Amino acid sequence: MNIPKALDPASALKSLLGDAVLDVKTFRDETTIVVEPLRIQAVLHTLRDTQGLVYNFLSDISPVDYYPETRYDGQRFGVSYHLYSMLYNRRLRVKVYLFEDDPTVPTVTEVFPGANWLEREAFDMMGITFDGHPDLRRVLMPEDWNGHPHRRDYPLGYETVMFSFNVEDIAKHKPFAKE
Amino acid sequence: MVMELSRPSADGMAEWQGDLDALRGLVSDRAITGETMLLNLGPHHPSTHGVLRLLLELDGEEIVTCLPDVGFLHTGIEKNIEAKQYEKGVTLTDRMDYLAPMSNNAVFCMAVEKLGGIDVPERAQVIRIICLELTRLNSHLVWLGTHALDLGAMSVFLYAFREREVILDMFEMLSGQRMMTSYMRPGGVWRDLPPDFLPALEKFLGYFPQKVDEYELLLTNNPIWRDRTQGIGVVEPEDALAWGLTGPCLRASGINWDIRKAEPYMSYENYEFNVPLGEHGDVYDRYIIRMHEMRESTRILKQAIKRLGAAKGSFRSDNRKFVPPPRAELGRSMEAVIHHFKLWTEGFSLPDEEVYMAIESPRGEIGCYLHGTGGPKPRRVRFKTPSFMHISALGKMSQGHMIADLVAIVGSIDCVLGDSDR
Repeated sequence: MNIPKALDPASALKSLLGDAVLDVKTFRDETTIVVEPLRIQAVLHTLRDTQGLVYNFLSDISPVDYYPETRYDGQRFGVSYHLYSMLYNRRLRVKVYLFEDDPTVPTVTEVFPGANWLEREAFDMMGITFDGHPDLRRVLMPEDWNGHPHRRDYPLGYETVMFSFNVEDIAKHKPFAKE
Repeated sequence: MVMELSRPSADGMAEWQGDLDALRGLVSDRAITGETMLLNLGPHHPSTHGVLRLLLELDGEEIVTCLPDVGFLHTGIEKNIEAKQYEKGVTLTDRMDYLAPMSNNAVFCMAVEKLGGIDVPERAQVIRIICLELTRLNSHLVWLGTHALDLGAMSVFLYAFREREVILDMFEMLSGQRMMTSYMRPGGVWRDLPPDFLPALEKFLGYFPQKVDEYELLLTNNPIWRDRTQGIGVVEPEDALAWGLTGPCLRASGINWDIRKAEPYMSYENYEFNVPLGEHGDVYDRYIIRMHEMRESTRILKQAIKRLGAAKGSFRSDNRKFVPPPRAELGRSMEAVIHHFKLWTEGFSLPDEEVYMAIESPRGEIGCYLHGTGGPKPRRVRFKTPSFMHISALGKMSQGHMIADLVAIVGSIDCVLGDSDR
């Protein structure tokens, strides 16, 4: 089979969608391309359908919260799209940075239908809104849950261990399921 | 979405108690008018393999819509690891996919190793491969037993669990635990193989291939089994890629992607094994692939035992900045005491960078996204788990099938809800 020559994803993307690419980093042989959030659909589309790139598999969407710090240009959140190319056997991370007051990025479910639940989870756990998502509901937490547990300012709760000497004291404060 | 359970009303008929308006757009309009029936399957149903809840819209026995609902087993593992030092996170990873604890241990440790640039000696790599392949057998045996049980073949369940018991005993030899092994550590494994482990493994490998033949004798050409599985839950290759299916489910559709071959970790490139591929992408092909994978795992295990004798290095790295010194050194070396103290109080620090590590778990691609802080605790740990992706595709896979076939499809995607909900 005649496989077209593999292209360098960063330079190919720069020549095709010049203004969308903000930064390119490499760490431990992993390439990260930072892109403009509003252009994410076009970027993933280009990466999937361009000859020599063919990043045809979305492995994961991983959101990260930098609170109390900020990154890049004062943004609090990062969302990484982990792509994989079956043809060229290589991975690529496309990353967008989002501001705290409006963590919104267009959905990529039209490019990769498998992103549906991944985006739902990012919304549920990190509070990132995906514009145009067909079904943006919570997926892991109950639907009436307050807050987004994976944010860094969301406290990690715990329960005191029950022993015979403190069982009554704990039971007094314990939120049991209501009738 | 408000989806309350239906409770029997006064006349004994089940009545939908939830808010129908909340379901608008998720189910067809015929369900709103009452033309089709809404039915809950799970979360406490034996054939949902854990606490998976499916909201079904049925037209007679045919499935119009299937809405999977997960999260009942969410335990906040990712959040908890953020509050722990890297080495202590390993213990929590077992609890995700409780049928393949070693895969979870391995992917987390390998992400830590990648972020920190920690080396893994050759011997530790071979030991890890033994663990990873044993865990694959373990997981596939549980899958085979429960999947066959769902479709009415009871004896396979008993046979599969008989062999699984031996593997769990071996895990107990290694780690002291049968299921929650926590055996791996960044830089290697917790301790060397105990002396009775290899004889036990060799004995097991001696008879296991015949046992796989035995299972196949019961099922592969069984007309009832074929009727229940062939042509059911067909996934086209393009769809499998688009929906993010991995592992045996992807390979059943004919796409040759096994991370052990594509991006070899732990020196998988030195082992000879085949990647079985399916043609039709149905439940039967997924079954055949997992049966073949068990045989291939046995082959890898046999090669690993041979390699173990010649493998250089210890069962863990000598990099004292990440791996504690052996106990015996503490009495002799001041430096060892310092390293020991630093590692057990503060822990090791990893750079403020991000990595993504993916390995082939029995179910598919399990990925670990790790973002350090520059300190001893991670900023973010995220696991991309195969069960989550497979359940998300369940709705599309089961559309138009009979409700009895849904049980076959749920079994064939081999979902573990701990893996999906984390």
